Amino acid sequence: MSSPAERLADGFRRLRRAGGGQLGRWFVIALPYLWLTIFFLVPFLIVLKIAFANIQLAMPPVEPVMIWTADKVLQLRLHFSNFAFVFGDELYIAAFLNSLKVAGISTLLALLLGYPMAYGIARAPGAWRNILFLLVVLPFFTSFLLRVYAWLGLLGRNGPINDLLLALGLRHEPLQMLQTDYAVYLGMVYSYLPFMVLPLYSAIEKLDLTLLEAAADLGCRPTKAFFTITLPLTQEGIFAGCLLVFIPAVGEYVIPALLGGPDTLMIGRVVWDEFFGNRDWPVASALAIVLLAILSGFVLLLQRVQAREREA
Amino acid sequence: MNTVSAQRAASTTTAGGPYVRIDRLTKRFGDFVAVRQVSLEISRGEIFCLLGGSGCGKTTLLRMLAGFETPTEGAIFIDGVDVTQVPPYERPVNMMFQSYALFPHMTVAQNVAFGLQQDGTARAEIESRVREMLMLVKLEGYDKRKPHQLSGGQRQRVALARALVKRPKLLLLDEPLGALDKKLREHTQFELVNLQEKLGVTFVIVTHDQEEAMTLASRIGVMRSGEILQVGSPTDIYEYPNSRFVADFIGSVNLTEGTLVEDEPDHVRIDCPQFGGTVYVDHGVSSPPDATLSVAIRPEKIQLTRERPEQADNVLSGVVTGIAYLGDATRYLVRLPTGFMLRVTAPNMFRREERLAHDETVWLHWHASAAVVVTR
Repeated sequence: MSSPAERLADGFRRLRRAGGGQLGRWFVIALPYLWLTIFFLVPFLIVLKIAFANIQLAMPPVEPVMIWTADKVLQLRLHFSNFAFVFGDELYIAAFLNSLKVAGISTLLALLLGYPMAYGIARAPGAWRNILFLLVVLPFFTSFLLRVYAWLGLLGRNGPINDLLLALGLRHEPLQMLQTDYAVYLGMVYSYLPFMVLPLYSAIEKLDLTLLEAAADLGCRPTKAFFTITLPLTQEGIFAGCLLVFIPAVGEYVIPALLGGPDTLMIGRVVWDEFFGNRDWPVASALAIVLLAILSGFVLLLQRVQAREREA
Repeated sequence: MNTVSAQRAASTTTAGGPYVRIDRLTKRFGDFVAVRQVSLEISRGEIFCLLGGSGCGKTTLLRMLAGFETPTEGAIFIDGVDVTQVPPYERPVNMMFQSYALFPHMTVAQNVAFGLQQDGTARAEIESRVREMLMLVKLEGYDKRKPHQLSGGQRQRVALARALVKRPKLLLLDEPLGALDKKLREHTQFELVNLQEKLGVTFVIVTHDQEEAMTLASRIGVMRSGEILQVGSPTDIYEYPNSRFVADFIGSVNLTEGTLVEDEPDHVRIDCPQFGGTVYVDHGVSSPPDATLSVAIRPEKIQLTRERPEQADNVLSGVVTGIAYLGDATRYLVRLPTGFMLRVTAPNMFRREERLAHDETVWLHWHASAAVVVTR
């Protein structure tokens, strides 16, 4: 069909293309791993190192963990005292428990509010769906900090909500809304609701509607069909949404700091105080590591449950 | 409608009194009319097939029977009760979905039990009826499987069991065999009919597959653009189609247009330019004298010979241009001197015979009763 020279050239071309594909594949895989290594694994190892270090009055305010001594010995000194301190102090345990409680309640509230929202969007007619979807994502166009600050104004003693309550005569004096746990829940649910709605939406939208017709055909009323068909089949969306809300909520710092009262004890705030207030980097790091361990435990547990469900 | 088919249709309908009565049913989606003024009576224990191409309104009609769509106009009576406004979960009707719509998170047994649980049936009875049903569809031992662990044929049978377990008086089946391969289809067709006879359930089947309709149905309703064109037994529909569309839709047919040249009560003669002559038909036609008629002749009703037949009602000659040997029969394409292509099917009765060859000149003839004259 062609001359040997042409065939040879064609072979080279094909070889180069194959080689290029191989390289491209490596590149595509390596890039995210490189990213995660530099920006996640390395910082994590640094935090882990600090958690095992001893405090000192210097800059940085921690002693090195590894020391190259004069007699050419590599010394590795791990101080477990930081962890002992964290687990020994009731304040930290209370902060952990309170964080889990606040995050748990916020997640539940976000689910109760987010499910009907996601359901409404998924079942809305085509043109409406895009608009509603945009409205859910719209808050992300503004800075998170700014949005939480806005609540300060809204909930304040002289804010519009109190103005309205007074004008309507429902209250005779301004309602104390800021610096309460309620304000923290409000802020949490408000801020993390989109993370709940998006995975729920995709799960509900995927649901085959003929299944609901089949249920109705077999004598199942719509409310019951929701609990026996829709809810179990959108379980993955529920799990994903809850994780996406719960995890950042546990370590949340800004919302309790701005909207919560002095007695709203949350772990994110404790870490901040240890780090910047007490300049106790090792204890702050130890707290961060424990928090990470707890959250990883939750994720693993959930994955185990889901895997078992899928097998059954 | 043809007089013979009208009589037959009437006799089947009155047998047990209409069980399902559909009265001038219309369904509009915006400007689109999916079902237009359909009236239909289906008797108890019948297998009624709604047959038509996609978009003919057959599925919409079925969904109105199930209660998933509310009719724009008209009414549906089941066993004398007006169910037009009754929601699906309160109708004495069950449906087998085209996609089967099995609940993926439930086992086979849970799927089948679902309908009974909704009625608050006692647990022991649910268990025995589920077992009985799974036995009936030959799925014993599969009760703990999930739908995704089953083959297509098994899923179809679970769907059937689920739809039958509540002992509905009327079962709606949407393309029941559509998702099965050919071998399994033929097998399942007969199983379905057996099951229907055993349980005495009235079946309404929607299908686009005419072969499926012919083998399953006691009566067929042929639909086009939201209207029912003809209702009758498979034989009626095949042998006495009432329109060009029905003749062409069911099976294979040679259709040509013509005008009446001889109009007697017991026979007619029609001039068909495409045949290059007249066609003699042994039945009368009720139509205005100048109307354009269509003559429909099934390929298997035309005989092919090498010699000119001595005596025949209709004789033509042509050249063989296409041969398709199918084993049991051979299909020929014969070109007439006018250029019209005639389809002829001949059974292969002898193992050894001198078969017709390409470009051979042949004689075609058919009996006066073979052709059907349709006026629309």
